[in-house]
Amino acid sequence: MLTLKRLTKRYKTGDLALQEVTLDIPQGQVVGLIGPSGAGKSTLIRCINRLVEPTAGTVQLKELNLTSLSQTALRRARRHMGMIFQEYALVERLTVMENVLSGQLGYVSFWRSLLRRFPTPAVQQAFAVLDRVGLLDHVDKRADALSGGQRQRVGIARALLQNPDLLLVDEPTASLDPKTSRQIMRLITEICAERQLAAIINIHDVALAQLFVQRIIGLRQGQVVYDGAPDGLTAEVLTDIYGAEDWSATIRKEPVEEPPVAEEEEPLPEKKLAVAR
Amino acid sequence: MQWKKPPFIANQWLRYGLLVGVVGYLVLGLNSIEVNWIRLWDGLPRGWAFVSGFLTPDFLSRGGDIWEGIVESLTMTLTSTVIGVLISVPIGVGAARNLAPTPVYLVCRSVIALSRSFQEVIIAILFVAMVGFGPLAGFLTLAFATIGFLAKLLAEDIEDIDESQAEAIRATGAGWLQLINYGIQPQVMPRLIGLSLYRLDINFRESAVIGIVGAGGIGATLNTAIDRYEYSSAAAILIIIIGFVLLAEYLSGFIRKKVQ
Ligand SMILES: Nc1ncnc2c1ncn2[C@@H]1O[C@H](COP(=O)(O)OP(=O)(O)O)[C@@H](O)[C@H]1O
Ligand SMILES: [Mg+2]
Repeated sequence: MLTLKRLTKRYKTGDLALQEVTLDIPQGQVVGLIGPSGAGKSTLIRCINRLVEPTAGTVQLKELNLTSLSQTALRRARRHMGMIFQEYALVERLTVMENVLSGQLGYVSFWRSLLRRFPTPAVQQAFAVLDRVGLLDHVDKRADALSGGQRQRVGIARALLQNPDLLLVDEPTASLDPKTSRQIMRLITEICAERQLAAIINIHDVALAQLFVQRIIGLRQGQVVYDGAPDGLTAEVLTDIYGAEDWSATIRKEPVEEPPVAEEEEPLPEKKLAVAR
Repeated sequence: MQWKKPPFIANQWLRYGLLVGVVGYLVLGLNSIEVNWIRLWDGLPRGWAFVSGFLTPDFLSRGGDIWEGIVESLTMTLTSTVIGVLISVPIGVGAARNLAPTPVYLVCRSVIALSRSFQEVIIAILFVAMVGFGPLAGFLTLAFATIGFLAKLLAEDIEDIDESQAEAIRATGAGWLQLINYGIQPQVMPRLIGLSLYRLDINFRESAVIGIVGAGGIGATLNTAIDRYEYSSAAAILIIIIGFVLLAEYLSGFIRKKVQ
């Protein structure tokens, strides 16, 4: 469904961030993209929705060749690619509902969005998605009054309001504690399964990636050096991706059954409460 | 054990040389100001008349003129601020490097530079020459000055935003206006409101000054009063101006706290 052919990106500074990356992701597949920092993970997903313009190569989403689209057509195509960010990238001073509905911006007219008069189906969908991510009680709170885990759930809800075919997820858990990280990864992968969404998840926690994704792609200096099952990440492969290190603590010994976790919210830190008044 | 903060200028010859140079220049400069002691002596009674006028402000004998001047100044202030802000917003957006294409950026920056390079009084003299005495010249002056002030600060605020929030909105497939409305506006709105109120305050004070060169308002009334040696009326006018400035100060502080 998503096909990258020899995708290359060289920044103006001269950094060759991606070198001829070729891969194919079928519908509904969740891919973990791992690699040391600076390997080009963020560049790769930004080249797909062209927040960063690739230097060479092509990106194809379903029948659409994204790399050849005009600005207007690109905007329409972006609606089908939901993006989730490490630092959540919520509009801090807008409410949770406004943030979630901003996922619909590509579908509604400027005047409707300016007056916050979104079509009824969109609003219904927003409530349904907020219910799915467990934030129905926070609809009218400002985004900056939420805890990290809650913010990321808003980020997920916003991406889902785009009715995407593909999720581009950049280090979704890097700012979260281990437990919340798992909850967020579980939520993303469950939603992808429910809706048959393909996803690329940049992640630097190898163990967490192995726990949740079906396929791992290892990137080193802009090149794909591993593409396969999570169980294939041996010490040699990890050394190939990250460099020499003792990997014994990272490598999964037997398939771990995830313990069922009660979905409780992490408490709001003091500071956030003060902001919330 | 001893520790001393390393001096800002490491070379001690340069350090003391600079100090001597600056002090010497200051002494020479002060000596070059010629003070006419006789004129100063003559002026003392007039200064005293002014001060005693202040002690007995007279709000009534020129009450009608004062009232007219105040209303004119307030009208001028409010309309020029509103119009100035409305024009500043698009110019400020156009002058933000992270939003505008280069040609638009350059045009908007030039407008700002033009507006900022002249003091209000000079602009007022120009507009008085163009449209004649009265509040229209004042309105045009203040609106023009507001554009340079507000558009520049707005543009700088837009350049300082958290880009990731705007990027997230762009990634949804939003159009340009939607990007401004969702990704930028929430980030800059509190400051824009604060600056507009601050400018309202400045415009009121300036309206008193530019009135003196013929641009209408309370400044014109004040000018007339001083010309006629009616210091008690002049004092009343100054007291009213101070009152309004304090009121504006208090109100804008209050509103700014509300919108944060
Ligand atoms: N905007 C940019 N301008 C110039 N170089 C960049 C920019 N963004 C990233 N790079 C460079 O591209 C390479 C890949 O960066 P990035 O995609 O952010 O890696 P990762 O997300 O895997 O940490 C790095 O060498 C980085 O310095
Ligand atoms: Mg990154």
